[in-house]
Amino acid sequence: MPTETVESLLTPGTHYMSGNEAAAEGALAAGCDFYAGYPITPSSEIMERMARRLPELGRRFAQMEDEIASVCAVIGASWAGARAMTATSGPGFSLMMEALGYAAFTETPMVIVDVQRAGPCTGQATRVGAGDVMQAKWGSHGDYQPVALSPWSVQEMYAMGAEAFNLAERYRVPVIVLAEEAVGHLYERIEVPPSTRVVRRERDPRAAPFGTEEPDGVPPMPAFGDGARLLVTGSTHDPRGFRRTEDPDVHRRLVERLSRKILARRTEICRTEAHLLEDAEAAFVAYGFTARSALQAVRELRAGGRRVGLLRLQTLWPFPGEAVADLGRRVGRILVPEMNLGQVEGEVRKAAGCPVAAYHQVDGRVIHPDALVSWALEAA
Amino acid sequence: MMARDLERHLRDGVETTPFCPGCGHGILMGAVLRAVDALGLDMSRTLFVSGIGCAAWIPSPHFRADTLHTLHGRALPFAAGAKLYNPDLTVLVVSGDGDLASIGGNHLIHAARRDLDLTVVCANNQIYGMTGGQVAPTTPLGAASATTPEGNDGRPFDLCRLVEAAGASYVARYAVVQPLLLQRAIERGLRTPGFAFVEALSPCPTQFGRRNGLGDPAACLAGLKEALVSLEDARGLGAEALRDRIVYGEFVGG
Repeated sequence: MPTETVESLLTPGTHYMSGNEAAAEGALAAGCDFYAGYPITPSSEIMERMARRLPELGRRFAQMEDEIASVCAVIGASWAGARAMTATSGPGFSLMMEALGYAAFTETPMVIVDVQRAGPCTGQATRVGAGDVMQAKWGSHGDYQPVALSPWSVQEMYAMGAEAFNLAERYRVPVIVLAEEAVGHLYERIEVPPSTRVVRRERDPRAAPFGTEEPDGVPPMPAFGDGARLLVTGSTHDPRGFRRTEDPDVHRRLVERLSRKILARRTEICRTEAHLLEDAEAAFVAYGFTARSALQAVRELRAGGRRVGLLRLQTLWPFPGEAVADLGRRVGRILVPEMNLGQVEGEVRKAAGCPVAAYHQVDGRVIHPDALVSWALEAA
Repeated sequence: MMARDLERHLRDGVETTPFCPGCGHGILMGAVLRAVDALGLDMSRTLFVSGIGCAAWIPSPHFRADTLHTLHGRALPFAAGAKLYNPDLTVLVVSGDGDLASIGGNHLIHAARRDLDLTVVCANNQIYGMTGGQVAPTTPLGAASATTPEGNDGRPFDLCRLVEAAGASYVARYAVVQPLLLQRAIERGLRTPGFAFVEALSPCPTQFGRRNGLGDPAACLAGLKEALVSLEDARGLGAEALRDRIVYGEFVGG
């Protein structure tokens, strides 16, 4: 797949900005040239940044009538050749679910940044939560495998804002940056690198755009107007795109390939980060903002003589089960703190092979390190 | 033009329409292709977008162009995204009344308000055909449907007035029994820079005609023809005289 290194748009070096602004800048650095969205707290700063920056760069911005229209416009633009994204939060993310399935089934690259707030429903619009983790995986009907990333810092909002596009293009899959309000509204210094890696899609207009010889292949994707006379449908389709709504083999092959093309590449997609795990007897498995609290708790527990570490999940979907299983073989206990009532906890339990304890907090606030220290002293 | 000249606009292997006997959508399919052909549009730079329902199958998979068969109700935002990103594409939306005006109604009024350069051909058969004849927001008052067995008690949308009020640049209504006028309206829509809306009345003998005693397909077509009254003639008629009539013509632009 064609990969190039492009000069960053911002001046390389230190910048100070919010997570939401950094997500927009990372996306722009990776060549995002289309944004369609609808205002929603706590994600709107992404859209406002895009409304200013995209026209400056000669790229396209559109505010749509709702989140359904936003995600559909993103898919339409992606098929016209765009590196396209939208951003939203819980209620808007819920509205996008049908189209997310369309993108998965038609293998449309796109990026959704979901800046999670305290749900369900309207919930606490300005407060933090991490309740959309399972929705990101299972929110649309039917079987498919999206990719979801979990940033813990402003720096990582920038990096994942960029990398999400590369994953989306490489695997022709919707990629969700599962941010949280606390990271979206966090202001930090970041280092903007001099260049950004950009993966571009193969646009062979002669190849079958919806099928490959391999059961886990990713076919090339031409754009509208390339002369491919594309036939794109959300109905079950053969490799050329013709509707095949009665053929059991065509349906099975397609649905299985869409899952396999992601699951077979789990090791190249999944990213985790080990902190102080070398001699650990117990370990936190955490993601997003909660991993910051967990790391602080680890430092305090270690200061008190406890051998505790942290495995931080940067990829949530596909789930990095191998890394968790590997951890489970090395520690006696895994601790999973989350700003929900236990969504990643279940995935950890499936993979861990060791006792797992969970800490849930759904009060619209971030989990304080002190709370994790006291809990770990009891649970570990 | 010879009848077979249009075949070059069809994908290889397309030999029949998928529609029920007597459906008007086949005539509409021909009108769309004749309009595209008459304007000499490059089909490899033309994108047809449709939603879900019988009419959504007019372009997809039949037309030898880029065809995007989308979600129920969402053809317009998909089309908007493609057109906004690549303004060089000619973008036509061909879909049904239920798709564009019920589940997709919000997108319809906003697309008209934005006046984005799209041409929308709305096949209006006054019923949900594909799902088995349920009432639509375009079903006439009193008409029987699978979900209004005692007669529809909801007033139908006047789609042309709706998109006119929302700001469309070209608005016209014709029936498939007026194929040349219909073709010319689609051509005018395509030539209009801005949002163009062509409502095409198309009979559904299977789901609408059958339930409402309209007779066989030929009788449905004849009934449609009798109901038509031109915009000019309608100006002299009162509300009572216009009841059960269908006003055709160009409402905006042209």
